[in-house]
Amino acid sequence: MLRLPAFEYHRPQTVEEAARLLDGFGDQALAIAGGTDVVPNMKHGLFEPAQVISLRGLPELRGIHVRGAELVLGAGETLASVAAHPMVRLHAASLAEAAGLVAGPQLRNMGTLGGNVCLDTRCTYYNQTRFWRQALGYCLKKDGDTCHVTRVGRKCVAAHSADTPPALMTLGASADFVSARGERSIPIADLFIADGIWNTVRRPDEILVRVRVPLPPEGTRTAFRKVRQRNAIDFPLLNMALACELDPEERVRSIRLVVSALGSRPRMVSGLDEVATGRTLSDEVVEAVAGKAHQQCRPLTNIIVDPEWRRAMVPVHVSRMLRGLTTPAAAA
Amino acid sequence: MWSLVRFELNQDRRELGVASHWTLLEALRYGLGMTGSKQGCDKGDCGACTVLLDGEPTLSCITPALEAEGRRVTSVEGLATAEGPHPLQAAFGECGAAQCGFCTPGILMSAAALLDRNLDPTRDEIKEALSGNLCRCTGYTKILDAVELAARRLREAEQAEDERATA
Repeated sequence: MLRLPAFEYHRPQTVEEAARLLDGFGDQALAIAGGTDVVPNMKHGLFEPAQVISLRGLPELRGIHVRGAELVLGAGETLASVAAHPMVRLHAASLAEAAGLVAGPQLRNMGTLGGNVCLDTRCTYYNQTRFWRQALGYCLKKDGDTCHVTRVGRKCVAAHSADTPPALMTLGASADFVSARGERSIPIADLFIADGIWNTVRRPDEILVRVRVPLPPEGTRTAFRKVRQRNAIDFPLLNMALACELDPEERVRSIRLVVSALGSRPRMVSGLDEVATGRTLSDEVVEAVAGKAHQQCRPLTNIIVDPEWRRAMVPVHVSRMLRGLTTPAAAA
Repeated sequence: MWSLVRFELNQDRRELGVASHWTLLEALRYGLGMTGSKQGCDKGDCGACTVLLDGEPTLSCITPALEAEGRRVTSVEGLATAEGPHPLQAAFGECGAAQCGFCTPGILMSAAALLDRNLDPTRDEIKEALSGNLCRCTGYTKILDAVELAARRLREAEQAEDERATA
């Protein structure tokens, strides 16, 4: 039995009221939407807020629609509704795919897009009960001063484990935040930093209200892949998203590839333009792109399963994903 | 801090005092004595605590009890009627789909939600709908058989109903 520690629960009715509560309580407060990650973490003693602010009743966080040249998604929409929404499937297929592969059905009915974007990092030495963590003298991310992954490091290397951010990054999406101090918008590609303790530039008093995805140009194809032990429930051992704009002759106009679940932030693979732009996705080009990804991705022992195997799977899945763009049967 | 929470449970209006850090599962089991929903991993992995919240399969072990305010909760106790067990429950018994039985209430709820929206699911659709529920005994085959059997009987009952209506 895992009991929650005691806290006071607030159910504000507007985003303004929620922002005021978060501001007023400062570091005593924690915002909760679907609660699928926050509640287990609280049960493990990883978060110990005295005040919990529920975002569930906020109308500003609802709705999915196309406005102008953007697909606008309320951050409080569940992953199940993002995965099933016809506009998301039409304009951002990789995002629908990613949302539909998070955890299992119950967790997708509960968990929200905003919660997935702001998801805490995960590590073998962190997502454990207090008893387990205490037996090892705690860790750098919570209550301790030693990293059991790198042993010598002063930097937390817990893994970014959310599935929707890689898709959102390849689609050039932005996130809109509201706090008592005002609003700001951050491109999702700039949201994450390489610090496993707090891996986003979001301040704890900021509420993610909506995610905006620019409608992709004609000829854009997108894909998402996820590697995990079971085909449900599990967090990713590796995930990746691709957005590739092809001209009518199927030559690459632009290509964006993000690989995640390795380090503390998703990695946008660089140098792809020089090997792919202006060319068709031939075997040679596919291998060159997969090679770039393999070169740049270096997993650690931060989550279970051999990091060397996870690294070896990077080019395998990048190749399958790329081949699937032009011949869908190859994606299996 | 204690507060009052009101929700509809299996078509009954219920009102109870809960501590603000209680989960919906704790409110059901220890507040209302409804012990059908099981406390398994208690951290949102195993699905044993699955209930329907406004018709959607939800993990009650990680849902704050106060989030049920004003909503419709269906637990396994709400499946059977005065006429008898739910067709899913009957089929689980006949197919041997329950062994130790600990995962069964959660699986019944996920399956009931599936059959509510789709009376003719494929085997893959059943697998997908039950993919958030772990069973360590059966190997799942008999569970899938039972859901198929219940779906068939429900379809037949619906068909018979239609024929009576048109006759």
